[in-house]
Amino acid sequence: MTVEVSRHRELGLTDAEYELVVEKLSREPNGVELAMFSLLWSEHCAYKHSRKLLRRLPTEGERVVMGPGENAGAVDVGNGHAVAFKVESHNHPSAVEPFQGAATGVGGILRDVFALGARPIAILDSLRFGELDSERSRFLLDGAVRGIGHYGNSIGVPTVGGEIYFEAPYEHNCLVNAMCVGLARQEAMVRAAAAGVGNAVVLMGASTGRDGIGGASVLASAELGDGDEAKRPTVQIGDPFEESKLLECCLELLEKGLLVSLQDLGAAGLTSSAGEMASAGGVGIDLDVARVPLREADMEPFEIIVSESQERMLGVVEPAKVPEVLAVCERWQTGAAEIGVVTGSGRVRVLRGAEVVGDVPVEALVDGCPLYDLSPAEPNGWIYGNRATLDSAAPAEETLLALLSSPSIASKRWAFEQYDSVVGSRTVRRPESADAAVLAIPEAGNAIAVSIDGNGRRVACDPYAGTVEAVLECVQNLACVGGEPLGLTNCLNFGNPEKPATAWQLERAVSGLADACEALGVPVVSGNVSLYNEGPDGPIYPTPVVGMVGELPEPGRVTGSSFAHEGDAVALLGPFAPSLAGSELAKLRGVLGAGLPSPDVSAVAEACATLRDAVRAGRIASAHDVSDGGLACALAEGAIGAGLGCRVDLAPLVERGCSAEEALFGEGPGGFLISGDRAALESLAADGVEVLVLGEVGNGSLDITAGEQALVVPLAAARTAWHSLAGRVEGAA
Amino acid sequence: MAKVRVLIRPKGGILDPQGKAVERALPALGFEGIERVRVGRMVELEAEDPERLPELCEKLLANPLIEDFEIENLDDGA
Repeated sequence: MTVEVSRHRELGLTDAEYELVVEKLSREPNGVELAMFSLLWSEHCAYKHSRKLLRRLPTEGERVVMGPGENAGAVDVGNGHAVAFKVESHNHPSAVEPFQGAATGVGGILRDVFALGARPIAILDSLRFGELDSERSRFLLDGAVRGIGHYGNSIGVPTVGGEIYFEAPYEHNCLVNAMCVGLARQEAMVRAAAAGVGNAVVLMGASTGRDGIGGASVLASAELGDGDEAKRPTVQIGDPFEESKLLECCLELLEKGLLVSLQDLGAAGLTSSAGEMASAGGVGIDLDVARVPLREADMEPFEIIVSESQERMLGVVEPAKVPEVLAVCERWQTGAAEIGVVTGSGRVRVLRGAEVVGDVPVEALVDGCPLYDLSPAEPNGWIYGNRATLDSAAPAEETLLALLSSPSIASKRWAFEQYDSVVGSRTVRRPESADAAVLAIPEAGNAIAVSIDGNGRRVACDPYAGTVEAVLECVQNLACVGGEPLGLTNCLNFGNPEKPATAWQLERAVSGLADACEALGVPVVSGNVSLYNEGPDGPIYPTPVVGMVGELPEPGRVTGSSFAHEGDAVALLGPFAPSLAGSELAKLRGVLGAGLPSPDVSAVAEACATLRDAVRAGRIASAHDVSDGGLACALAEGAIGAGLGCRVDLAPLVERGCSAEEALFGEGPGGFLISGDRAALESLAADGVEVLVLGEVGNGSLDITAGEQALVVPLAAARTAWHSLAGRVEGAA
Repeated sequence: MAKVRVLIRPKGGILDPQGKAVERALPALGFEGIERVRVGRMVELEAEDPERLPELCEKLLANPLIEDFEIENLDDGA
């Protein structure tokens, strides 16, 4: 008994949880069963600290085809087609081995999308690292970006967008969140629920090895000797070519109607896939580990049942169709083995030939994990550090150049040039040419806009307001290209939820997400939670990452984010109330503190609607959302992209009570920088949305006046600062 | 200067997509009966201070998380 007790603790189960397992089984679990419970009752699989909170998120909407609980969410895009999408984290594997961690993160999210019958058409990534002056951060950044490019480019799915932030709290725990967007014919889509007692369970794809077996916890329990180097669970290696075959094979099987259901194998491998499919279908599953194709001959049943080998899928097939399924797999040169059967027992049974090596009730395994209430407590003020790198007395020109060259604001061309952003021939707007990526959907006669956002620093300042802002930022990005939101996916990256301050951040962030989605009428169709993201110095910034898909009637009219013509008027549209709280400037000055102004969601939504209509009608020449670094940075970005300067006066903001610095560098939601014909811009105010004409495009420099401050920066200097990332990543490496 | 050859190979048990691709291509060319193909790489170099070679391998030539390396002294018996 004492041996067992220490073993379950090493596997991450508490004493109370272990006792509950014993109660549900009416006996002590054996080693196989303990491994299964410890993984499915982990935070990653059971969401035991977040599930109660997540119930608050609105998940229903007219256009929702599939919601949370499936492999990915999906929304109707018309003409019998649906767009499926989901974002997922691969933070911890990427912190160990960034190239393979990021690559297999992409591979995993692709499988989630094609598991429901959608062909992946785009990838976006949201990445967070420590400050760029740290060698470790540059190592992780370089590896993660190459890994994403390796997998996405090889499999032929374009990486169309993303974001990268550099902040000290991510130094030891980088974030790698990958989002995949897929397109499906609704008729060919399939759910993840197993059904039909007597149906066969078929494992497809790569063979099973000792990849990522439950991480360190199961390793500790497996009683390996020091000499057993080869038996150590290994880093997962991605194989995009294997995945490409698997993808085509699965889509053909679904198109031919040969599968009852399909699920990818991710965390906790067969245990989680079989358990979740059985739970969703209210059935049982028998699995024979002796029939699983292995990469290494001497694997134990517990290793096979929890292995996280990549590029595998589990399908349920009617017995009569098994030969045809195997034939299709054979033609795609993808492995396939009938490893089990759907039963009416309500239990997952693990067999090795005739011997039963594990037998647990599905309900206990999948839904039996106790859900915990958080004990949130608001921390007293700012719990993260501050580091000043810019003198607050620096002149405005120097401040602007410092902001433009700050790695979080600077152009990410170095990263996205490593990605193929156009393969598949749907990409209308590439990264950094517009605020959201735009993909043509000729199958439905329209287009979609996609964006991914989440500024963790602002969420750290105010978890509620910061999360609302992340949603608004996404909606604003879509509005810039004329897109109307259809649905949202999210990945909640937080520290240890058992700490009251982190629990408070999580609780406030989920409230913000729920309220913003409710107010905007945008359903949450999928999501993922990654907790325990901590380093020796404490938790990461709370980082809810929001991905959004919107629709636009036609791809042809999309405006870019750069100014278009000399002489065009430049205006600020929307309820923008800039503040230095939580801004990039406050970070550079080392004066970050708690608190953000409350965002006015409905006013921002009205501005988005006005802009969306104007873009769709072709009434404006450019649109760019005012974000990190404030109006001055937005103006610089619009000018650098166009190779045209601008001359503007921010007097209308100053007259309203903004300080010169707030007008120049203050941040907050609700602002759009637009350019075009002056009369056309002014006419947008007819909808009741504020439009302030600030100046015009032209002149070879950035010439910005704000009250007592006036700055003139040559365009070439701004460009050099904004494009400084590549030199700093590679030069220093 | 010491002449050495460094052999780098995937650790036992780790997935080797390159080796797998080679293994799959061989039967099509008529080479039957080939199994367990593992593809690594070789680096030859001359070093003033061979003592530091293991560190150099761990930091740059090999990824110690997923690869093993072996240093051969080419001066022996050459």
